[in-house]
Amino acid sequence: MTELLGIPPQVLFGQMLIGLINGSFYALLSLGLAIIFGLLNIINFSHGAQYMLGAFAAWLGLQYFGVNYWVALVLAPVCVAAFGILLERTLLRRLYREDHLYGLLLTFGLALIIEGSFVHWFGVSGQPYAVPESLQGGQNLGFMFLPTYRGWIIVASLVVCFGTWYMIERTRLGAYLRAGTENPQLMQAFGINVPLLITLTYGYGVALAALAGVLAAPIYQVSPVMGSNLLITVFAVVVIGGMGSILGSILTGLLMGLIEGLTKVFYPEASSTVIFLVMIIILLVRPAGLFGKEA
Amino acid sequence: MTLTKKLLATAVMSAMAATSTLAQAGQYSDDEIRVAYLADMSGTYSALSGPGGLEAAKMAIEDIGGSINGKKITIVSADDQNKPDIGANKVRQWIDVDNIDMVAGMVASSVTIAVNKVVEQKNKISLVSGSAASSITNEYCTPNSIHWVYDTYALAHGTAKAVVQEGGKSWFMLTADYAFGHALERDVEKVVQENGGEIVDKVRHPFPTSDFSSFILQAQGSGAQVIGLANAGADTTNSLKTASEFGITQAGQKLAGLLIFLNDVHSLGLKVTQGLQLTTGFYWDRTEETRAWSQRYFERTGRMPTMVQAGVYSSLMHYFKAVQAADTDETQAVLQQMRDTPVNDFFAQNGKIRIDGRMVHDMYLAEVKKPADSTNEWDLYKVLRTIPGDEAYRPLSESQCKLVQK
Repeated sequence: MTELLGIPPQVLFGQMLIGLINGSFYALLSLGLAIIFGLLNIINFSHGAQYMLGAFAAWLGLQYFGVNYWVALVLAPVCVAAFGILLERTLLRRLYREDHLYGLLLTFGLALIIEGSFVHWFGVSGQPYAVPESLQGGQNLGFMFLPTYRGWIIVASLVVCFGTWYMIERTRLGAYLRAGTENPQLMQAFGINVPLLITLTYGYGVALAALAGVLAAPIYQVSPVMGSNLLITVFAVVVIGGMGSILGSILTGLLMGLIEGLTKVFYPEASSTVIFLVMIIILLVRPAGLFGKEA
Repeated sequence: MTLTKKLLATAVMSAMAATSTLAQAGQYSDDEIRVAYLADMSGTYSALSGPGGLEAAKMAIEDIGGSINGKKITIVSADDQNKPDIGANKVRQWIDVDNIDMVAGMVASSVTIAVNKVVEQKNKISLVSGSAASSITNEYCTPNSIHWVYDTYALAHGTAKAVVQEGGKSWFMLTADYAFGHALERDVEKVVQENGGEIVDKVRHPFPTSDFSSFILQAQGSGAQVIGLANAGADTTNSLKTASEFGITQAGQKLAGLLIFLNDVHSLGLKVTQGLQLTTGFYWDRTEETRAWSQRYFERTGRMPTMVQAGVYSSLMHYFKAVQAADTDETQAVLQQMRDTPVNDFFAQNGKIRIDGRMVHDMYLAEVKKPADSTNEWDLYKVLRTIPGDEAYRPLSESQCKLVQK
């Protein structure tokens, strides 16, 4: 059997697949961040908390109302998005004209409040959420045992990510959105309700985070701090991809998952830092990010 | 010298001696007994120590009557965020500004080692209930700290020995990459090898890690019979969950959780954890006394105590009783009194504090119950055997502690 860098190819394939699965989480989360930043100019630091809220909404729904996984997959993002829209209408809206820093501080503060409250109510060690029955078990792919649920994550997040990209870059609605951020006054003059468009965009970005949360619930513990552990990494992904670039954030998310996965094989101690290393290199070589346009 | 002069001199000298002992008894710094509680209050270890441990500390203060020999007891607390620099700075500030007499709690081993240095420098007392690293009473031992509940040596000798003796000879270690993980890994490797097993491979993962699938896959590929988890808190629960998802046990590999707390099993549920063997310093449902104390704790917090939270109460109570008996809060006098008195309470029977700071008491090898055998939410363990303290902890003859005379 030939070996690549001292590791049998089957093992390597397995690790790359695992990397892709994690990468699809990064993609889903960084996509939401990129949309919100690209179209609203807000650095949404409560994204991690909103991801956690998605997972908790699914858990609470199942625990208290018997809402099953498939319904939660739709319902939880809608509920969390409604909460996001409320925040946008009451708080964020006031900051669009200010420096980025204000939006960052506000959303960071909100994240701390939300996470703190959930730690207070549910404790930090988290709650278990069972894998839905139809997705239990797994397939032996020859080179690895792939749990069905992990396979589902890749499919679901890729469909959502590329669907979103298509909607923003290739449809009329997407064109309105992009135009609305380029020149809101002109769009208003054409009779388009720009503030509503922006509110819905924020809601959609938040819904993406919540969807990632529901997808994550069965494989991680549903815990109040699950988002804060992930958020910084996801920000690094967005920076590498190019702030605000939709396609960039999706592809970079998958790529970073792969790189992290391979690091876990060759030098596991560095697996939590490798993405930041890549970020530093990219910032030195291409300050606007891999897919960003130079200002 | 005349007889009268001799007599006079003796009288003066004995009077002086008497005053000096008198000066010590009844002497309290600031006229108060000031204790501090340092722990992870919000992060990955807060469920096993955190606010619950603070509540246990408050119970101890109330149970001793809120004051000792007429001196009021006050308590301060802080979140060390599992960061050694934050913990050490906080304790330094407490000692310099708030004049605390002792600190209890203390979880992440890296924090404890840093704090113990400060406590030794300033001649105060630290009672460590949360940390695991056996190095705290070995190469990092200090005369001012006492390690109360458990350590990695005891965990390895309890769990790893039992698993190897049942036939789990080849091991894959999954280790948290910091002081505690390294100490546990080292202790486990030694036990496995001494009992005729071998370590096939190991991976050190960053602390904390949220996704373990890659590591579990590596463990699966290694072909080892046993996957040893030398990590704690959320890292352990996530490892166990991922292992169950990837069908590790169905494929014939066995998991050995070296450090599992009651709250981990409670939050993961019996379905994922059943059959897991673990070593613990305390289980609430073991004797009349443990049940009685735990019930009181439950009424205040809504949760059953972990061994760490029970240990915080036990260690503080022992401290308070020593202050009471010595009638001072002066560090060395209290420490001496604590060492001279065996620990006898709901937590430990005939526990003794060794010169290296280890509180030696019986440990318990337990097994997580099957869902069908559990009668209520907190009915989680079956105690398989009591491991006598002298067997569980590192003998002084193997110690590298500078305080141990050889």
